[in-house]
Amino acid sequence: MNTESNAMPESPLESQVIAPAVISASRRMYWSVRRELWESRSIYIAPLAVAALILVGFLISTVHLPDKMRAALALNPLQQHALIAQPYNFAALLIMATTFIVAVFYCLDALQGERRDRSILFWKSLPVSDLTTVLSKASIPLVVLPLLTFAITVVTQFIMLLSTAVLLGSGLSIAALWTQLPLFQMSLMLLYHLVTVHALWYAPIYSWLLLVSGWSRRAAFLWAGLPLLAIGIVEKIAFNTSHFGAMLGNRMNGGAEAVTAPGSFPMDPMTHLTPGHFLSSPGLWIGLAIAAALLAAAVRLRRYREPI
Amino acid sequence: MTVIEARGLRKTFGTTVALDGVDLRVEEGRILGLIGPNGAGKTTALNAILGLTPYQGELNVLGRDPWTERDQLMRDVSFIADVAVLPRWVRVAQALDYVAGVHPRFDRAKAEGFLAKTSIRHASKVRELSKGMVAQLHLALVMAIDAKLLVLDEPTLGLDILYRKQFYDSLLNDYFDRSRTIVVTTHQVEEIQHVLTDVMFINRGRIVLDCSMEQLESRYLEVMVHPEQVAAARALKPMHERQVFGRSILLFDHVDRHQLAALGDVRTPGIADLFVAVIGNQAGQGQGVLNEY
Repeated sequence: MNTESNAMPESPLESQVIAPAVISASRRMYWSVRRELWESRSIYIAPLAVAALILVGFLISTVHLPDKMRAALALNPLQQHALIAQPYNFAALLIMATTFIVAVFYCLDALQGERRDRSILFWKSLPVSDLTTVLSKASIPLVVLPLLTFAITVVTQFIMLLSTAVLLGSGLSIAALWTQLPLFQMSLMLLYHLVTVHALWYAPIYSWLLLVSGWSRRAAFLWAGLPLLAIGIVEKIAFNTSHFGAMLGNRMNGGAEAVTAPGSFPMDPMTHLTPGHFLSSPGLWIGLAIAAALLAAAVRLRRYREPI
Repeated sequence: MTVIEARGLRKTFGTTVALDGVDLRVEEGRILGLIGPNGAGKTTALNAILGLTPYQGELNVLGRDPWTERDQLMRDVSFIADVAVLPRWVRVAQALDYVAGVHPRFDRAKAEGFLAKTSIRHASKVRELSKGMVAQLHLALVMAIDAKLLVLDEPTLGLDILYRKQFYDSLLNDYFDRSRTIVVTTHQVEEIQHVLTDVMFINRGRIVLDCSMEQLESRYLEVMVHPEQVAAARALKPMHERQVFGRSILLFDHVDRHQLAALGDVRTPGIADLFVAVIGNQAGQGQGVLNEY
């Protein structure tokens, strides 16, 4: 029967043999990430909406800008810088906070949603491994969102700067504005902060959320928090200590000490950055190892998972 | 070439035995109907074949272990596990893009061709389509994949008769050639009877009947017995008896056609009637229900 069909000119088996299409792992990864962006449009809509709000608010505030600039000129350089840079830092902070919240909710739904709507049966009918699927989902908070945050923030800050320059017009304090606002330096700082804190330092947080999403049938949010709370309570009762809580707190605070020199805010000038210190801090590597273990567990779990 | 081979396939959920040592063998170019009552283990068997669930025993699909090699296996196997598993947020064009992006054997032009015959628009989201249209879309995607094995688990559940008929017609006319293999489960047994080359009954995790349609036609016969011949017919030990419009219809296994022709009108039983006879007997024995046999 095999030979019979092969003899037919239009046999699909033959075309297969002639042109064995191969799809590279990176191409499967690319489409899997695109798939995530199709499904969760809040990944880019939310930060864009916040950026638009910031711009609207900022444009309205420029009414008072000439007065503010004149007042600023009377201050010493450090205060001047702080005053001028303040709305720009605020914009960056707001957009970052937005994408962090988006990342948390995305992770909690990523591996539960496909089981809830039974579409996991469709995804599993295609030649995409569980590893590719889980990694594509993990790449959203670890790669896509930090880069998106960076791009949107830089563009927003640039528009803010441009609009002030246009509105001020008079030339009175544009020079002061430009010298006090090292936008390029600020962007580099932002990128550093996003890569170190939001991607690398927070990796175990996102991985934990993804694992819970793959495991829980409902109320992923509760399952993500309750076990951690339980560990903290047991530790408190058993040993009257709170190391676990302190550890979680340090993780959430972005390990500020590891990333930048003590006492400085991550958005401060570049001299305060301590990448060497950060890369050699055990907290980073322990966190990354935990993240890898959690993701491996999520991959394994997805193999067993059926629709809810 | 053997497409699916299972030996001693077992699967339990807690204390429930879903598959109780199933042996099966499906050759290339067959269209197998896997038929069984609810909870018989059909879906579990298919899930094991598709690498969706772990199992005990030996199972080989196209030379691979489905549980450990699902992603590679899916290059050669397509399946529709249920109606409405396409994600509701996806647009038709996105679904085409994605499958074309990840599947080496997907022929996009072919899928577009199938869709052109329907009223499905590329810009529509799955949530905007009717149930029948979603099934059409899924079928168009699956038929455009040059797979060796296609598994369909209740692919037409809840669709109206027009869609159901169209579904199997296009499957036969536009997809099936003798180098492909199809395994299908459905409750609408009569509708697919003419499509099948092989039939398998499964009940309580065991295969209770496994034969080709030719074997089935030569082996089982149904007789609408003349009223005066009923006692004589019963003496031949029918496997099942039912009443239709006051006439007795008796189903025989391995009884000579000429012998039966003397008793009434002889014909090949429908799969549904045979199913009721085979499974009904089993259920009867198991639960101590009184029956003719």
